[in-house]
Amino acid sequence: MRAAVRIVGPPVAALLLAAAVAGLILLASGANPLVAFGNVWEYGSRLETLLESLNRATPLYISGIAFAIAMRMNLFQIGVEGQYILAAFMAAYVGAAVGPLFPPLHIAIILLTAMAVGAAWAGLAGLMKVTRNVHEVISTIMLNAIAVAGVVSFLLGRWAIPLESLDTRLADIPETGWFPSLNPVVEWFTRDIRRVDLTSFILVAAAVGVVYHLLVNRTRLGYDLRATGVNPWAAEASGVPPKRTIMLAMLLSGAVAGLVGMADLLGDQYFYSLRFPQGLGFTGIAVALVGRNHAVGAAFAAIAFGWLERASGVLEVRGDAPREVVTIMVGVVILFAVVAYALAQRRRRIEAAAAAADQMKERAIVRVGGSGDDGREADI
Amino acid sequence: MSMTEERPLSLSQPGMLPRYRWILYGLSGVMLLAVTQQFAALPTEDLTSSGTWSIALAWSVPILLAGLGGMFSERAGIVNIGLEGMLILGTWFGAYGTVVAGPWAGMMMAGIAGAVGGLIMAAAAVGFNVDHIIAGVAINLMAPGLTRFLSDVHFSDRGGSITQSPVISGVSDFTLPILAGGTVLGWRSPDLLGAIERSGWFFLSDLAGVLRGFVFQMSWFTLLVYLFVPFSIFLLWRTKFGLRLRSCGEHPQAADSLGVNVYKYKYYGVVISGALAGVGGGFLAIQLSGVYKEGQTQGKGFIGLATMIFGNWNPLGTARGAILFGFTETLRLRDPNAAHGLLLLVVISVGLLILWRILRKRGVGTWQLAIVAIAVGYWYFNSTGVPNQLPAITPHIVVLVVLLFATSRLRPPASAGLPYRKGED
Repeated sequence: MRAAVRIVGPPVAALLLAAAVAGLILLASGANPLVAFGNVWEYGSRLETLLESLNRATPLYISGIAFAIAMRMNLFQIGVEGQYILAAFMAAYVGAAVGPLFPPLHIAIILLTAMAVGAAWAGLAGLMKVTRNVHEVISTIMLNAIAVAGVVSFLLGRWAIPLESLDTRLADIPETGWFPSLNPVVEWFTRDIRRVDLTSFILVAAAVGVVYHLLVNRTRLGYDLRATGVNPWAAEASGVPPKRTIMLAMLLSGAVAGLVGMADLLGDQYFYSLRFPQGLGFTGIAVALVGRNHAVGAAFAAIAFGWLERASGVLEVRGDAPREVVTIMVGVVILFAVVAYALAQRRRRIEAAAAAADQMKERAIVRVGGSGDDGREADI
Repeated sequence: MSMTEERPLSLSQPGMLPRYRWILYGLSGVMLLAVTQQFAALPTEDLTSSGTWSIALAWSVPILLAGLGGMFSERAGIVNIGLEGMLILGTWFGAYGTVVAGPWAGMMMAGIAGAVGGLIMAAAAVGFNVDHIIAGVAINLMAPGLTRFLSDVHFSDRGGSITQSPVISGVSDFTLPILAGGTVLGWRSPDLLGAIERSGWFFLSDLAGVLRGFVFQMSWFTLLVYLFVPFSIFLLWRTKFGLRLRSCGEHPQAADSLGVNVYKYKYYGVVISGALAGVGGGFLAIQLSGVYKEGQTQGKGFIGLATMIFGNWNPLGTARGAILFGFTETLRLRDPNAAHGLLLLVVISVGLLILWRILRKRGVGTWQLAIVAIAVGYWYFNSTGVPNQLPAITPHIVVLVVLLFATSRLRPPASAGLPYRKGED
């Protein structure tokens, strides 16, 4: 029970506090927070909204996992943003260019392109780190800008298809590259669904989560990653090559980041345009933080953020407040969550120190008493 | 390595200002531009025209303020990724303050808003010892949401919209009399630099053009911001406050053992940082754009961070970087031919760098530089323009190049980015 509180407590407390902040903001802007929350809850518990939330949670989850892989070894890979946009752009181009194919092959080509591009872009940052010791935060920030404002913007201008409208976009990916809708499955359990398609890409996201969990916790590479994250010097001394591990972590993280945009590309839009969703990389950081870099925790966090984003749309429709309340909430959740984790960790350390002190005292008494319990002293 | 070769270190102690070197740097920079302009394949006069440099100076202000902000924070040991968010806060509150009470009040509000952003960041990163990067990312996520929300509440019924403020006007500008033809008490003084600029002499006209850019149609605010550069040098390297702030960024445990309240100075650093970034955002909205518009910062906070690294965590170096990046941005807006000429400039500069390295007998990395020079040269002679995106990402590329090839010359504060708790190592 206590363990459960310790795990779930901080993120839930952070969410509640963030909700309180959102309530205050709503109050300040002249809306009744209780009515507004009631509206959000009512709208958010509809089946369609829930499916939309899952559709949003899918890329957020993958983005969170991409960040978490690198974070497990203390690499701040904040380049997911640039990597997924560049990857989605290239994959959209390749997917449209290869034309209609046998569906599994077509999808495989698109996904592999995205993963390769993401890995390559993240690998650049990794290469800079291992060869010239450039900090990954700086290099990924710069690479984000170069990818989005430079490469994608430049190539989009060249590769865009001529349109009568002002929209700048690439060609459509033929239907053989699409991920089918899961609606029939959901409808079999529930009822008819209107205007929403639950993308089957969510299964890929789940697979990414499982692979991540197994990789980090059950393989040699995962052990190396975690060991380097905890203590790089000790890990190196015990034979973990730091440079190779950094490169692998960045490449893996980048490959997963490449998949972030695929949920929208292959499950919803089927082409890349200026309006392709942005910012998923940064929200993914929130997902990983609130979920403590854990495969299951991140899933809960992604679904929570996805739900908040979708369900909040009703605020605007009903005229309560702009939906940006939720964006503020996400930021507040991050701050509160990391603060809560920091406090919990500090408390654990103080408790551990107190326990250790008690033990020492006990041992001293035992020794003074002269009963000479050698077996216990060896515990130090 | 002999003593003379360790001279770059003196750059990180700008308390001792190398006075003449800066004039020399400036003159050789103008010379490079003049040569490039002379031999550029596409005719252009904008590399050294006073119009270009006047705009470049104005556009460098937000970058400079973000860079100085980053410097104050990192000198106190806190890495401030949240600069972008604080800049965004500055743009909104600057516009709001201007709508309500005029441009100077707008700048004040922008600074206060940025400082509050810095305070939140400091509370997380210093008070709760949250990782700096995470705290910064949280600020960056929150700021645009907040400004959008506030726009909807405050601008929608004032002639703006959810993404935009009503049009606002900035503070007046001035032109120096005699040198650049400013008006004194209704008397139109002669425009000496302008006359030289128009006469078309090689180098002299170019020099006059660049200089005139710095004294003509300059807003009072730009002047104040640039005066802040020497002031921040004074503050950081000539006062007790500065020494203590810097000691918290170099070795907080040592500072603590000498009785410095490390937490307090870290708070100061981040709050000053936020205030500067906020003012930068305010300048962007009020003075440069005349409107608050969602997304108008375009990553200037990150460019500021890049500028700080380029400037080796020094005010003067940061100012140099800000002018450079303001210049590339201006060329993008003004004259595509001039942007193309920049490629030639890169070739000439890299060529000179190679020559200098060979003369100094430091051959390391020479062949990589040669490849760069040849590649850019090939590009230059086989193209008639550069993509419009190139100037936009120039700062990012420059910083990556600096980090890749000049790390030995960079000296960040020793404990920047590390967590600190009193009494713990």
